[in-house]
Amino acid sequence: MIAHYGYTDASGEYYIIIDTDKCDGCEECVRVCSRGVFELALDDYDKAVARVKEDVVKSIHYVCPGYGGKCINEENNCHKACPYDAISHTW
Amino acid sequence: MMITAGVDVGSLTGKALILKDSEIASWSLLPTGADSTVAAGKAIDAALEKAQLSLSNIDYVVSTGYGRQIVPFAQRNITEISCHARGAHWLFPQARTILDMGGQDCKAIRCDDAGKVTNFVMNDKCAAGAGRSMEVMAELLQLPLDELGGLSLEIVAAEVPISSTCVVFAKSEALSHLRRGKHRNDILAGVCEALATRVHSLLNRVGIESEFVISGGIAKNIGIVKRLTDKTGLTPRIADEPQIVGALGAALFAEEILQRERQI
Amino acid sequence: MLTAGIDIGSLTTKAAIVGSGKVIAHEMVLTGDSSHEAAARAVEAAIRLAGAETGDIAKIVSTGAGKSETPYADEQATELLCDARGTLFYYPSARTIIDMGAENVRVIRCGATGRVLDFGLNDKCASGTGIFLDTMAKALEVTVENLGPISLQANEDITITATCAVFAESEVVGLIARGTDKASILGGIHKSIASRIYGLANRLGINRDVAFIGGGAKNIGLSTSLAGLINQELLIPEHPQIVGAVGAALIAEERNR
Repeated sequence: MIAHYGYTDASGEYYIIIDTDKCDGCEECVRVCSRGVFELALDDYDKAVARVKEDVVKSIHYVCPGYGGKCINEENNCHKACPYDAISHTW
Repeated sequence: MMITAGVDVGSLTGKALILKDSEIASWSLLPTGADSTVAAGKAIDAALEKAQLSLSNIDYVVSTGYGRQIVPFAQRNITEISCHARGAHWLFPQARTILDMGGQDCKAIRCDDAGKVTNFVMNDKCAAGAGRSMEVMAELLQLPLDELGGLSLEIVAAEVPISSTCVVFAKSEALSHLRRGKHRNDILAGVCEALATRVHSLLNRVGIESEFVISGGIAKNIGIVKRLTDKTGLTPRIADEPQIVGALGAALFAEEILQRERQI
Repeated sequence: MLTAGIDIGSLTTKAAIVGSGKVIAHEMVLTGDSSHEAAARAVEAAIRLAGAETGDIAKIVSTGAGKSETPYADEQATELLCDARGTLFYYPSARTIIDMGAENVRVIRCGATGRVLDFGLNDKCASGTGIFLDTMAKALEVTVENLGPISLQANEDITITATCAVFAESEVVGLIARGTDKASILGGIHKSIASRIYGLANRLGINRDVAFIGGGAKNIGLSTSLAGLINQELLIPEHPQIVGAVGAALIAEERNR
């Protein structure tokens, strides 16, 4: 399942996209994100997969610099950390 | 015999639905008010009364919606995304794309032929993409909410484009158009066109595949429904009571969980 | 030599007269429906307060949303430049400037000479702007001036979960219905707005010293909340709304040499 976490408001579209079919719950993204964006949670079919924390979703543009932002230059970012290429950003 | 219930508490309305062996026995739709837990209780009581049952007759309850964390009599919570897909698919087995918009959120969902979610976006941060934007306009123009859609299709001179996305700024824009003598139908046309465009964008994010189902309060707004029909090129399927799709899906999940448990 | 700056904002229009390295006079009026009328009133009043006549003003520079709408201005300058020049006039050590206006919020990172290095702007989404405060003032039946002071008397720690001004208003209506006291609700509202502003600033990167200007800086509830989030004392001028106009007047001086 392709899950979009984030929002669209008057200033733009900000979503982190996780492909939960590819995710095996390894938690590398959780470990690596310095801003604490991710957590592991059970989906509706009881599979443990990564998601954006519920209380982060509505502030995602403030918490996460986006893939074009600072994270791309940092040693560890969620795209690099995920072994299955399950994470992408719309900004 | 299996009797299950689904409870869907949203920011504005609370819904409950009872299934008896996969057939709808009853449902209720009430304003949520200030307390979601109380709303859930009232919704289930109303549905139980209509079905002439008591809570002890219900074998399994699934809750969903904003209030899903605070429904004490539910055995399980399932996300509104999955519940809406399940409910829409049960009503329309060819459903593959579902749009649900309530007062405070908008969901675009793709599902497979079994009603399982394959892709979704939910936007509940910004009022511009939710039913609230229409409510604000109804207040501004002093019209009942359910008349806005129809009026937006009866353009008098020409659609007045609304350039601001943010509801706060769009309201100022609409007000200054009114003051300058523009007809409210024409302003409504601009408002509905802007909302339909935003919703269409959200749908494009997940991709649009027939059949296209619209649920939630927005399904009753013919101004939006007509514009979405034009933009997608698809005629949407709409339930007779579009606001209970989530509760229906929750009750169906309850059946599925119970069936699995009974087989063990 | 006297120069003038006019800052035409969405809600208010400010004018400042500068000469011999000092701000000699300033005035603020409501912009209303006519930017050029407001600009005229503001600048004429400021000139009078300076004990001068229009002919004494060597150059006038305009800025703000309505900068192109006044025939009084000889030239225009961007809000970013005017904010930076004006802020450094008051606080030469400022390197991050937060300008909270009625309908937008901007954050500027500048160098020691006032050169704009980077900026962030929110002018599309009402959350985190002054409009929300006005709406709340009406909903809670409090004057805008009292919002800040009352919010500091909060005894309950209320968090507004909505990040949209429209949804936040609904949330506040719910809190009022549940009997939560005004001061605590206001505390939550100010925290919420400060979070939006902090988010914008943090995205840009915050370098000390941090200055807070614009109408929002007059609100002590906001400045207290914001200072807490940034974890630094904020530099706030006595008249935070005229900083842009002062900057415009200083730019007029520079360009006139």
